[in-house]
Amino acid sequence: MYRSLFPHDLFAELDRLQRETGSSLGTSPSIRGLGRGGFPAINVGGTPNSVEIYAFAPGIDPAAIEVQLEKGVLIVSGERDPSLPAEDAKATVHIRERFSGRFRRVVSLTDDIDPDQVSARYRDGVLHVSIQRRESALPRRISVE
Amino acid sequence: MNDKTRNRTPEAAGISEAALLPAVDVFEDATGITLLADLPGVTKEQLHLHLEADSLSIEGEVALETPEGMEATHAEVSLPRFRRVFTLSKELDGHKVTAEFRNGVLKLRIPKLEHAQPRRIEVQVA
Repeated sequence: MYRSLFPHDLFAELDRLQRETGSSLGTSPSIRGLGRGGFPAINVGGTPNSVEIYAFAPGIDPAAIEVQLEKGVLIVSGERDPSLPAEDAKATVHIRERFSGRFRRVVSLTDDIDPDQVSARYRDGVLHVSIQRRESALPRRISVE
Repeated sequence: MNDKTRNRTPEAAGISEAALLPAVDVFEDATGITLLADLPGVTKEQLHLHLEADSLSIEGEVALETPEGMEATHAEVSLPRFRRVFTLSKELDGHKVTAEFRNGVLKLRIPKLEHAQPRRIEVQVA
């Protein structure tokens, strides 16, 4: 009788609705969403002098993150350990949404970056890679004689 | 609605600014519940945990170091804020919650009340 009153996916459906409204209010939702479909989530920004890449990868040992720059492509890879209790432990898992396992994401960059001027920092679970643009590519003001 | 809901702050009632829902893991063992939440980019100072009646809210502001004049070209994390509210059940001891926050991951441990913890009941043989 209860089965028919509460189809078991009703709560999942509500959860989905909440998630969707939660992430789409105010701004347009991103094509990949957060943490689903791609880990880590990546934001990219740029200034006239540099390209800034932010990878949202919380809970990872900075030494275990690999950042590679090759042929105009930035590759961020690594592994996140599962934090859930081992299967044999007497524990019940109620919600499991966090990513675990190996990850790899690729960001293609513009041609004007200088592969020799890259810095990467990991703080508060965010990997920030900053790549300078080549001098020659910077907009320059040409004075008229 | 009852008094409890009316007295809530706008944050706790979930009607403040739009926020992203952080991904969480929740698991339970005999003595309590452990909650892990991904809050990348949130500093310890910008993390706010509120426990009011049986409602636990987690809220954090994302603070990134951005060079001046940066324009976003691609954004998967589209809002600078995370928020999620959970309702605790009666057998959990809200006064004894412990929190750890490291590398953008929040770990909460919510113990069960003493009397709610499982006990082995001796069977007396007459």
